[in-house]
Amino acid sequence: MKPVAFDYYRPQGIAEAVALLSDKGDEAAILAGGMTLGPMLNLRVVRPRAVIDISRIAALKTISVRANVVVTGAGVTQSDALNSDIIVREVPLLAMALPWVGHFQTRNRGTLGGSVAHADPSAEIPLALVASGGTIVLQSRRGQRRVAAREFFVGALVTQRQPDEILTALEWPRSPPDTGHAFTEIAQRHGDFAIAAAACGVRLGKEDQVEELLLAIGGVEDRPVAIDVNGFLGRPAAKMAVDLSEHAAAIVNPLEDHSASADYRIALTKVLVERAVNAAVGLAWQRRNRLQ
Amino acid sequence: MLLCDFLRHELQAFGVHVGCEHGVCGACTILVDGRAVRSCTQYVAQADGVDIVTVEGLAEPDTLNEVQRAFAKHHALQCGFCTPGILCSVTHFLRDTPKPDEQQVRDMLSGHICRCTGYASIVTAILVAAAVLSQKS
Repeated sequence: MKPVAFDYYRPQGIAEAVALLSDKGDEAAILAGGMTLGPMLNLRVVRPRAVIDISRIAALKTISVRANVVVTGAGVTQSDALNSDIIVREVPLLAMALPWVGHFQTRNRGTLGGSVAHADPSAEIPLALVASGGTIVLQSRRGQRRVAAREFFVGALVTQRQPDEILTALEWPRSPPDTGHAFTEIAQRHGDFAIAAAACGVRLGKEDQVEELLLAIGGVEDRPVAIDVNGFLGRPAAKMAVDLSEHAAAIVNPLEDHSASADYRIALTKVLVERAVNAAVGLAWQRRNRLQ
Repeated sequence: MLLCDFLRHELQAFGVHVGCEHGVCGACTILVDGRAVRSCTQYVAQADGVDIVTVEGLAEPDTLNEVQRAFAKHHALQCGFCTPGILCSVTHFLRDTPKPDEQQVRDMLSGHICRCTGYASIVTAILVAAAVLSQKS
C-alpha cells in the first residue's frame, strides 16, 4: 500500500530536528532508516501529519569511545556497526546480535537508534542494550536526559521517550577483554522476528568462578528483560548453565500470540539460556587464558 | 511517493519490481550510494542528491555483466520477478565479500523471496560469478 500523504522535513542538525519535533509533537514521526516506520507508513498503521527525516544528520552517525562507554549515534546503521572495529572490540555482544537483525539489505539502512526507539519486544538491539546495561540518550527543547535501558522499555512498542524527545545516542558499557558473550535466538526463519532470544556475558575469576554475569531475554515478555543473576555470582561457572536456565524460565512472564504459546516460550527460554551461558562461559574461559 | 514508484513511473526504470511494499520480499532492492537497500520503504524526497543504480545500470546497455551471465548459464531465474533485486544485492555483497562461502551467500539471499528456483541455482550462479570475478582481479 501507499502511505497517507505527509509533510516531509529533513533537518540538517539535531537542534533543528528537536525544534521541529517540539512544534509538531504528537503529529510527527521521526524517520531514521525507515525499516520499521516505512512499513508502518505504507500499511497505514501510522498516519503522521509530518515525517522528520534525521537520516542525513552527520552528528548522529558517529561511533566514539569514551572512558567507560562506547557511544553510537542514533543514525548509525546496523551494517556500519557490524563492520566497526570499535564495536567488535568494545561491545562484542552487539556485534554478535547484529547478524540476527533482519537481512543484509535491511541492515544497510536500518539504524541502531530506530530499533531501540521502536521497541519491538523481539528486537535484538534493545535486548543487547538491556543485557549490556546500556543507556539511552534523549534530546528535547527541555534539554538532554539519559535513561537506563532496563527502565526505558515499558511494553510492546512503548518506551519512556516523550513525544517531544528525539533518541540521539546509545551508550554501551565497554566490555573488559576477558569477558565472553553469546547471543542466540529462535525464529521461524533467520531474519524473522525472534520467538525468543537470549543474550549473555560472563567474566570468570581465577578459580573459574563467576565474577560478572549479564543475562537478558527477548521476545518472551512484552519487552527485553534482564534476569536477576545475583544468586549465581561466585559459583563455579562450569555447572551453572542448567540452573540458570531453570531460574530464568521460572521468572519470565511470557507472551502468548500467533507465533508461539506461553509454554513454548518458557521451553525456549530454558534452551536458549543454557546455550547462551555455555557459549559465553566457553568464550570467557578462552579469552581469559589467552590474556594470562 | 515511494522511491520505487518514482523510479518506475517517472523514470521508466521498469527493472525495479514492486512486490510487498513493506520491505520484506526484496524485489525492489536497488543500490543507494553503493548499498543494497529496499526502494519501497524510502520516499522520493529522501533520494535528493544521492547516487542511485537500478538493475538497468549494472552493465553497459545490451550487455550482461559477469553475475548476470552466471545467472543465465546456471538457470538462476525462471519468472524473473525477484532477479533485478537480487542482482543489485549481489553487486554490493561481492564488493564487501569477494570470496563468499555458500553460507554467506545464503545469508545475503535470505533478504529476497524467490518462489521459482528453490534458491539452489541462484547460490550456484553467485558462487561461480564470485570465483570468476576474483580470478580476474
